[in-house]
Amino acid sequence: MNKTRRIYHFVAVACLALLLGSCRNEDIIYIPDEVEVSRPEYTDVEGFFLLNEGNMQDNKCSLDYFDYTSGTYLRNIFGLINPGVVMDMGDVGNDLQAYGTKMWAVVNCSNKVTVMQYPTAKFIKDINIPNCRYIRFHKGYAYVTSYAGPVEKVERKYQQQGFVAKIDTTTLQVVARCLVGYQPDELEIVDDKIYVANSGGYDLNNLETTISVIDIASFSEVERIEIAPNLHRVRCDKRGILWITSRGGLLETMPPCLVAYDTRKRRVVARFDNFPVGDMWLDGDRLYTVGEAWNEEEQEWSGMAFSIIDTSTMTLVDDCFITDGSDALFQHPYGVAVNPVTKDILVTDAMSYITPGWLRCYGQDGVMKWQVRTGDIPAHFLFVGKEKQANENND
Amino acid sequence: MLVALWVAATAWGQDVPEATLDTVVAIDEVVVWGIKPFSEVIPAQRLSGVQLEALGSHNVADAIRYFAGIQLKDYGGVGGIKTVDMRSMGSNHMGVFYDGIQLGNAQNGQIDLGKFSLDNIDEIALYTGQRSDIFQPARDFGNAGTIYLKTKRPRFKDGRRDNLDVTVRTGSFGLFNPSARWEHKLGERLSFSLNGELTLANGKYHFRYRRRFSDGTPAWDTTAVRHNGDIQALRLEGAVFGSTQGGSWNAKVYYYDSERGIPGAIVNNVWLNSQRQWDRNFFVQGTWRQRVSDRYETMFNAKYARDRMRYVNPDTTLLLLDNTFHQNELYLSTANKVTLMPDWDLNLAVDYKWNSLDATLDNFATPTRHTTLAAIATAWAWRGLKAQASGLLTLINDRHVTRRAEDIVASHNKWWTKFTPALFVSYQPFAAHDLNVRAFAKRIFRMPTFNDLYYTDIGNATLRPEYVTQYNVGVQYQRASARGFLAALKLTADAYYNHVTDKIIAVPSGRGQYRWMMMNIGKVEIRGIDLTARAALRPAREVELDLNVNYTYQTARDMTDPTDTGYGGTYRGQIAYVPWHSGSVVGQLTWRRLGVNYSFIYVGERYHVSANIPANHEQPWYTHDLGAHYTFVWGRHALKVAAEVNNVFNQQYDVILNFPMPGRNYRLTLKWTL
Repeated sequence: MNKTRRIYHFVAVACLALLLGSCRNEDIIYIPDEVEVSRPEYTDVEGFFLLNEGNMQDNKCSLDYFDYTSGTYLRNIFGLINPGVVMDMGDVGNDLQAYGTKMWAVVNCSNKVTVMQYPTAKFIKDINIPNCRYIRFHKGYAYVTSYAGPVEKVERKYQQQGFVAKIDTTTLQVVARCLVGYQPDELEIVDDKIYVANSGGYDLNNLETTISVIDIASFSEVERIEIAPNLHRVRCDKRGILWITSRGGLLETMPPCLVAYDTRKRRVVARFDNFPVGDMWLDGDRLYTVGEAWNEEEQEWSGMAFSIIDTSTMTLVDDCFITDGSDALFQHPYGVAVNPVTKDILVTDAMSYITPGWLRCYGQDGVMKWQVRTGDIPAHFLFVGKEKQANENND
Repeated sequence: MLVALWVAATAWGQDVPEATLDTVVAIDEVVVWGIKPFSEVIPAQRLSGVQLEALGSHNVADAIRYFAGIQLKDYGGVGGIKTVDMRSMGSNHMGVFYDGIQLGNAQNGQIDLGKFSLDNIDEIALYTGQRSDIFQPARDFGNAGTIYLKTKRPRFKDGRRDNLDVTVRTGSFGLFNPSARWEHKLGERLSFSLNGELTLANGKYHFRYRRRFSDGTPAWDTTAVRHNGDIQALRLEGAVFGSTQGGSWNAKVYYYDSERGIPGAIVNNVWLNSQRQWDRNFFVQGTWRQRVSDRYETMFNAKYARDRMRYVNPDTTLLLLDNTFHQNELYLSTANKVTLMPDWDLNLAVDYKWNSLDATLDNFATPTRHTTLAAIATAWAWRGLKAQASGLLTLINDRHVTRRAEDIVASHNKWWTKFTPALFVSYQPFAAHDLNVRAFAKRIFRMPTFNDLYYTDIGNATLRPEYVTQYNVGVQYQRASARGFLAALKLTADAYYNHVTDKIIAVPSGRGQYRWMMMNIGKVEIRGIDLTARAALRPAREVELDLNVNYTYQTARDMTDPTDTGYGGTYRGQIAYVPWHSGSVVGQLTWRRLGVNYSFIYVGERYHVSANIPANHEQPWYTHDLGAHYTFVWGRHALKVAAEVNNVFNQQYDVILNFPMPGRNYRLTLKWTL
């Protein structure tokens, strides 16, 4: 019986140990990682934000900050700055822009635009816009593209028109909507007109091929301009020429391309066929692009491009601005920006989309200066500093 | 001499009838040491009859969590998808067999074990590698891990011709779950059973997400209700059982029809999801097993299955979808065992399988697959040594089309031929002690599924099969005694090394935004230890205590990209959702007609991707479940009342990132037997 008691004792102690011993830390607010990546640099550009998209359903959109004055990179700062915001930044950050004293993050799969103080990133308000994509500003209003317009069923297939929402930047209220094409992506504002790149990307058999033109005064669509299938980005240079990217389609006859459209002459003035652009950045007369070519037949990526186009001559001046061979480090080049003062080129690598990416900084000589790990899918840059032009890359 | 090699089978209570009237009258039978012919070189982990019932869990997935080396992917709630991964090889490598014939899903390879209630299940057996019993169809040799679900068979006591029981379960999540089972004896050699079950639940439960400051004060703390986890499901099964001179046969019909909500991920500003799924599964299958002579035994299996799945996304903030998929499967098998010498058996099995898939997707490839499997297996015994070797030849022919604007522009025809071997050895060094040393090695592959290969936009027709190589060494000891405190004891320890190559994973694709495709780029190295202990104790008169403890330690390293190192790198990182430490404890105490159960599951810290950094860290989770049951008897009638409290300490946890699991929940079961 003694033995029996001993076993009882053992069982009781073991159960207690399991109860108490299996400890679990409560989730603590994320303390940003601080990494020293370069020597301090004192220019009118004090730093930049980098918005990491995070893969769908992961709720891992995050904000990083690079401080030029200390050369340090801070990963994942939103939680510490805004500890009271439930569920952090959200799911899939798709754009980051500043206007006046506010910065705006478009969080696609959280169906909202997050408004923060610029440049402290203190949370002000969320504005609900379903399936929102990109944002631009004009005379006290923000304009946001969205995929989630009215639905119609054509045969057995759903089609959903997109729209542009107009937000008052002081009251932070949505004041109007203007319907455009299917799945509208980037937009650009030139001469009181909004140019919206329609993609139609939900239905690869019926891709959109046009730019929608919205007259701001009447806030209605006034024109469609035929460009190329599956449009994505649109940026205007100082001559009023729109640089428009096409992702291309499934068919061999629809390779990705870059198109220059002159808003004053109202015609296409240049076309770079078979020219894949994932992201681009306009700096004066230089258009920096990064992209990857996809081989439909072999079902694989067939090459990367890090190019510079001279927008005054409309010619490709450099087909690989990385000269030290470090382009081989990239898996999926995803975002690009150029420091408006030093002209350093910042390029991100999205890696596998579900694991942390990389940010690499290149001098104008194409040699890598530094690199740092980012959040998941690093993509959108926003410069901070006295250099006002920094964030008005397009006007 | 084979007799000398017979060891106590692993199954406690294997021969114990379910907790019907039998358990009531034969209480001291609850722990029975079935000493049965040991035809398997490496026995299974098993849960059966009484033990299953005592676990109180209400579906097969819940029960499987108690096995060593298992990771359950659970999206939460009554209707949430639950799939099983064994030893981190990936859930597509698991074969799930229902009454001896594999459940197929050529579309995505996933078998949702949450769909199978324990109501009609007599035994769950789990084998790593394969069931090392050579007399089986070729398909049984074709998985890296196998789960066998055995449904209840009619047993008639005291000259009865009918058994009937009616069960009603209710509890949290708005659950109403009635079922009924009728068994009828048609003759000495013929009986049938009918079983029906209805599951209704609104699936609602509270969950809580929160963040704290490092000093412990709350930063934010939010509680919400999990919505769209509702389910309505109907299951009907009928089976006929017969026996012949030296043989047996059975045939069954299965029908399952359900509508459920897909609860979806909880992310910032998205607390509700509205996706719906309808499943309709139908199959008929039959088995005939016959001993023709002392030296020859044969088995035939046949199955036809038709599945329909409809998925609807009505959420206008996402791509709107309304897709329907139809699958067909035809399966024929013959297995033939020849006893060449008393200690030397040979089995030759040939299977044929046909699968097709059709969908209402644009430009769908409408694939069909013909699979021919030929297996040769041999078993040999000499003194304490037992060995089995098998080889599986797989011939696969896939046909699909390429469409442009719904017109067929090309037809494709592809062939694969693969040979995969396996070797199992066990050795009992001492005749007097039931101690076995065992080892196995197996190489097997999984075919890319139809979705992997041909799903519109995502599929990649250039995929190759994904391979797993397994090595395992282990030891098992067991003893039983008719009297004394320790009625029975069984201990096992296994160490293993698995290597997954050409792992099929989703990677970003170049075809526009948010598009992915499948590629054969993954490599994983898995090393682990599984320990299990089971003891049946007699702490006092008329009191039985059954204790079961499992523990697994595992490293599953992502070897895919050797250049992705340093902070945030994936190289050599622990792969997604595999904990280093996991384990379970199950205890059942029985006294006369009263039973009390306790179970505990522990899953240690994990990362949700193989970049093992704090931003990807997942908390450990562990739940304590308690249950009690009592059986009232009057005459030939019995009423069993069971109550359970699951997740007693109301732990808030996610198994999968952003898929919150239920907190404390309750269940009440009434089972009436007459």
